[in-house]
Amino acid sequence: MSLLTFLAQQQPEPVQRVVDTVTTGEAITFWVLGPLALAGALGMLFARNAVHSALWLVVTMLSLGVLYMVQQAPFLGFVQIIVYTGAIMMLFLFVLMMVGRDSSDSVVEVIRGQRLAAALLGIGFAVILVGSVGRALTGVDARGLAEANTTNGGNVGNIGQKLFTDYLFAFELTSALLITAALGAMILAFVGRDGKPSKKTQKELVEERFQSGKRVGSLPGPGVFATANSVATPALLPDGSVAEESLFDVIEATDKATLSGDVADVAGTGHQPDSHALKGSES
Amino acid sequence: MTQQFVAAEIGETAKLLADDPFWLILIKVVAIFAFLVVMTLFMINWERKVVGRMQQRPGPNRVGPNGWLQSLADGLKLAFKEDIRPVLADKWVFFLAPVISCIPAFLAFSVIPLAGEVSLFGEQTALQLVDLPVGVLVVLACSSIGVYGIVLSGWASGSPYPLLSSLRAAAQVISYEIAMGLSIVAVIMFTGSMSTGDIVGAQATTVLGFAPGWFGLLLFPSFAIYVVSMVGETNRAPFDLPEAESELVGGFHTEYSSLKFALFFLAEYVNMVTVSALATTLFLGGYHAPWSGEFMNTGWWGLLWFVIKTLSFLFLFIWLRGTLPRLRYDQFMKLGWKVLVPTSLVWIMAVAVIRTGAIQQLSTAQRLIALGVVVGLVLLVSFLLPDKKVQDTKGVPLAGSGFPVPPLDLVVPKAAPKRKVKVANIPADKAAVTTGKEAE
Repeated sequence: MSLLTFLAQQQPEPVQRVVDTVTTGEAITFWVLGPLALAGALGMLFARNAVHSALWLVVTMLSLGVLYMVQQAPFLGFVQIIVYTGAIMMLFLFVLMMVGRDSSDSVVEVIRGQRLAAALLGIGFAVILVGSVGRALTGVDARGLAEANTTNGGNVGNIGQKLFTDYLFAFELTSALLITAALGAMILAFVGRDGKPSKKTQKELVEERFQSGKRVGSLPGPGVFATANSVATPALLPDGSVAEESLFDVIEATDKATLSGDVADVAGTGHQPDSHALKGSES
Repeated sequence: MTQQFVAAEIGETAKLLADDPFWLILIKVVAIFAFLVVMTLFMINWERKVVGRMQQRPGPNRVGPNGWLQSLADGLKLAFKEDIRPVLADKWVFFLAPVISCIPAFLAFSVIPLAGEVSLFGEQTALQLVDLPVGVLVVLACSSIGVYGIVLSGWASGSPYPLLSSLRAAAQVISYEIAMGLSIVAVIMFTGSMSTGDIVGAQATTVLGFAPGWFGLLLFPSFAIYVVSMVGETNRAPFDLPEAESELVGGFHTEYSSLKFALFFLAEYVNMVTVSALATTLFLGGYHAPWSGEFMNTGWWGLLWFVIKTLSFLFLFIWLRGTLPRLRYDQFMKLGWKVLVPTSLVWIMAVAVIRTGAIQQLSTAQRLIALGVVVGLVLLVSFLLPDKKVQDTKGVPLAGSGFPVPPLDLVVPKAAPKRKVKVANIPADKAAVTTGKEAE
């Protein structure tokens, strides 16, 4: 709190603020969504499962989106939902699911002094955040967006105009940063084919198969006749001779006695099932 | 929301809707819900019947008049089936996923204008629930939330096929949402507004004296890209990779049963109706008749036109399913990222240039010069591109290729006389292969 009061003292005097712009509906929405957003943030921190963490973060982002809408920034609200919830968190989930559902956080310190640096940076960020929020709460005049939403093409038109005139440089810089990041990710993820022969296409495979001079189609199956459909029955060629390829080598090499049960079944002379039998035959 | 926001720069529809009493809003909510559920029941039957006709069979024809109550009976049956949750499933996420996929599907329909100004129980209003200044974004936002249902259901099921399906769904929907968003941009540039009511209003014109000023005709490339990406966005054939039956059993809903499964089904069909309705709104003039003027074009007539146009899109969905085979996954991604997105970007640039020309009111000479520059650039690029080598794909070399090619002077020999049956030369007592008669 001392920091807040310090910041408040830095300001010459609190500017007169618009007090009664908060309607009942807005207040109710805030008191419902505010705790929800906070619960989402806490859940994100304390959830054991990585996917659950991501889902809690989605709750926070959705609540923020709706809060933006209520505060006269419908475009920002929906873009928050589409971009952050719809695309970025979806990519997070994508990666988490690829990693696997049971993977948990690693507690091994990979970089020396990683935790100390993280703690220092975290505290520094918190100071900056509290400072700027405190300044916004005490020193900045709340004007509302009513004027920006009604004049000069409305909400979206004004955002577009600002983005492509006053903030063009920042906008281009951000896009350059994002493109660099995307390129970097692609390079890291790229598995080169250097040295390895490239994968054959379907056409190349077909040509290779025909040019090898070996059998092109599949092998013929065993014969199916009125008297026999065992795998031990050879198929017949159109001229009536036996197609040797239709027989599996193992069958040729099998002793006759081993297959006698099958042969009897096929011939219809084997064991006949009675009404209590669970199986067709006992062999 | 504050009063200023409601009164912000908004069109006729929003003004009409601003003074709706509470009971009217409630009636509209219930009516939209009922419309979507009835459309789902109707669509399932219609799809089965139409696909049946396309495959020379009658389709469902037993339950109710001409089988039209089949989907209702199936829905009731589903509700009474046992609800199974796999042991490995993540309890809460498994339960939440169908709910998440269903709610945004219904929510998205709230910004669709079904008809213009009508009188409902003495109140002048428009047949639309809300008309936000960013209405089109609502549909996009809802579809991006709806995917969570599919992705989470696949992950929470705790089995490999659904997980693969949800990975596919995540990548697919993100890719196709980009193409879809880009195809909408051209419409927004022409209208100057993202409100669905304004977009429909902007299409109530005629071009060349007779043709309706629908964006589907004026911005045909956008329309084509939207139609392709809406099929991809709703996971329907030929882009139904997340639930490809031949590869992934049932995809994300493999482990689901009973009402949860029914919710997924409902969400899929409601999403279809919503994207079709959005296509109608953005590109086919919404609730306007194909001609201008008052005749059959005011009040409740709008609902008729809207439903006819939406149904024609839904028929397209069925037709595609009955006609096209499923795409391979890499081809599907290639189509999205290498065809639809770049085409969209180039087309948006072209539209932006044309719009600027129209706004700046250039003279004819300036326009012709600009056109000449563009044509010159295109020609230059096309000359710089190297020619593709033309390959003779029909001819096969007669010698040296290794293909079994018959000789040119081939004489077909006479049929050989019948030979005696030749049996494998194995001693009879050793042979496992028999005619089956020896066992007697």
